[in-house]
Amino acid sequence: MATVQLDPTAVARKSATRGLRPGTGIGGWVLRIALAIVFSFPLLFMFVSSLKPDQQIFGDLSSIAAFLPVGHLSLDNYGAVFDRVPAARFLVNSVGVSVVTVVLGVIINSMAAFALSRMRVRGKAVILTLIIATLIVPFETLALPLVWWVNQLPWLQFDGFNLTLTQGWLDTYRVQIVPFIANAFSVYLFHQYFESIPKELDEAARVDGASWFTIYRKVVMPLSGPAVATVAILTFLPAWNSYLWPLMVVQSEELRPVMIGVQYFFQLNVSWGQVMAYTSIITLPVVALFIAFQRAFVNSIASSGVKG
Amino acid sequence: MALHQSLDRAPVRQVRKPSSARRSGAVRRREQALGWAMLGPAVLLLILFVVVPALLAFGLAFTNARLLAPYAPSFVGLDNFVRLFQDETFWHSLLNVAYFAVVVVPLQSGVALGMALLINVKVRGVNFFRTLYFLPVVTSMVVVSLLWLFMYRQEGLLNEIIARVTFGLVHGPDWLNNTSTAMPAIILMSVWQAAGFHMIIWLSGLQTIPADLYEAAAIDGVGGWQRFRFITWPSLRPTRNLILVTITIQALSLFTQINVMTQGGPLDSTSTIVFQAVRAGFQQQETSYASAISLVFFVLVLIVSGVQRYLTREKS
Repeated sequence: MATVQLDPTAVARKSATRGLRPGTGIGGWVLRIALAIVFSFPLLFMFVSSLKPDQQIFGDLSSIAAFLPVGHLSLDNYGAVFDRVPAARFLVNSVGVSVVTVVLGVIINSMAAFALSRMRVRGKAVILTLIIATLIVPFETLALPLVWWVNQLPWLQFDGFNLTLTQGWLDTYRVQIVPFIANAFSVYLFHQYFESIPKELDEAARVDGASWFTIYRKVVMPLSGPAVATVAILTFLPAWNSYLWPLMVVQSEELRPVMIGVQYFFQLNVSWGQVMAYTSIITLPVVALFIAFQRAFVNSIASSGVKG
Repeated sequence: MALHQSLDRAPVRQVRKPSSARRSGAVRRREQALGWAMLGPAVLLLILFVVVPALLAFGLAFTNARLLAPYAPSFVGLDNFVRLFQDETFWHSLLNVAYFAVVVVPLQSGVALGMALLINVKVRGVNFFRTLYFLPVVTSMVVVSLLWLFMYRQEGLLNEIIARVTFGLVHGPDWLNNTSTAMPAIILMSVWQAAGFHMIIWLSGLQTIPADLYEAAAIDGVGGWQRFRFITWPSLRPTRNLILVTITIQALSLFTQINVMTQGGPLDSTSTIVFQAVRAGFQQQETSYASAISLVFFVLVLIVSGVQRYLTREKS
């Protein structure tokens, strides 16, 4: 790692003789390839090991075979994972919780940003400032009081014809979704984007008699694809990866998300092949999404840098 | 119309007045009401799940609230804080977090900057490398922690590689069960997971530097290190400040790695403030004590980022 840290100097020095194209010499490529190995081989090791029986995983550790799909390959570990934990249930839960959080988050945060950007709401500059101010509080400081708080919250329960008032949100789907729908940073991103859309467009629509809601739905939102993608990704990743929160608020097995499932593999005898199979199952969907929507992912991360 | 956009909000309203004078008061009231209806859900949820818990952290820290207590919380003054400041684990946690942050901030931002410089060239195939460097970022920290937990074992992958490249001369330690190597091991893994994230942020900063600056430098015969030192580095100033603050806050919040890999051990050598808060609030159900820890943590974050902002302020 220490050598890596020095590389701006090294690259620059290499290119001193090369004029305008720094980092295109041999040294630059050696560094790029070395870094590629460092960053991708552990994940390759995880995936390859998930296809091997435990004994072979340990046997292969001392040679390059650790990173190669050789020997007795099978999907046995994957089968065992589904026998050992309700993996399908966890996947359904995580997909459901993430998708609902993303959809509601996009709708609610973009509506708020639309009102702040386009409509005459008294004190909207102050409201926007207050919303952005909430970003200075890290979630970690809120999490513990929030557990106590969600346990006090009421909920209306419909069962058949009866409407009953219950107390406490612990151990539900809603406790995994509702607190994460509204997001100050998403409001901010949408607001920034909406401000870049010419207001003449909605003035024109107003003249044609369109309502505010129609302008939001038919004019502004269709033009905001990149902002929607950014917010969707920045909401999806933490929802799929969430660990601290469901660890504290969800006890029932049938409500748990995928990340909590890892605990099941350390209760009795540990099979590392199965651990690697389970972690591959819960990682590959996100990696596939990333590779399919690379540009959107990278842009969303770049804009999330604005935060802070 | 063009005039409208170049002005601030308040003047806009005055400029627009003549054109909108024909709008009746009722229309304006409807707009106001509809505006609040669209704003309402987000504001309500933010109040419920950000503002209230933040205030509760203040309130509950001075009570004896428990998660599932039959009694209503009562005021106990500074008891929780007195207890916290007498707790040796708290001071260990504070030191561990400081250690982690002091190493991770320069290491991670440096590695990320190096990677950004390496992929900020217009050469075929560079996007492939960007994708590989970014893979750990989309991998959950829980998965990364488990994977490295396996790699860090006494006879694990890392020690096998170390033995290989040193021809069997060096045998690595049992990384996570050793008070002196547990934290460095977690640091290395954390940098590996998150560097790709900050690489992208550096990259977006690098791409804002005008190309003619470099061209002018080339004409003057300035290249290599000098170019980095006098053009790239000063131009990255806003990006640098941003990365400093975000990595610091991320480092101070260290939790998942600890919870999955070491549970704070061995001998508190990897315990952190957030880990301690979760243990108190969740495992021991002492919401009030956990709130006190959270409050201390929040003050720490405020102080550290305040000091950073002061040190990196515009000196003009």
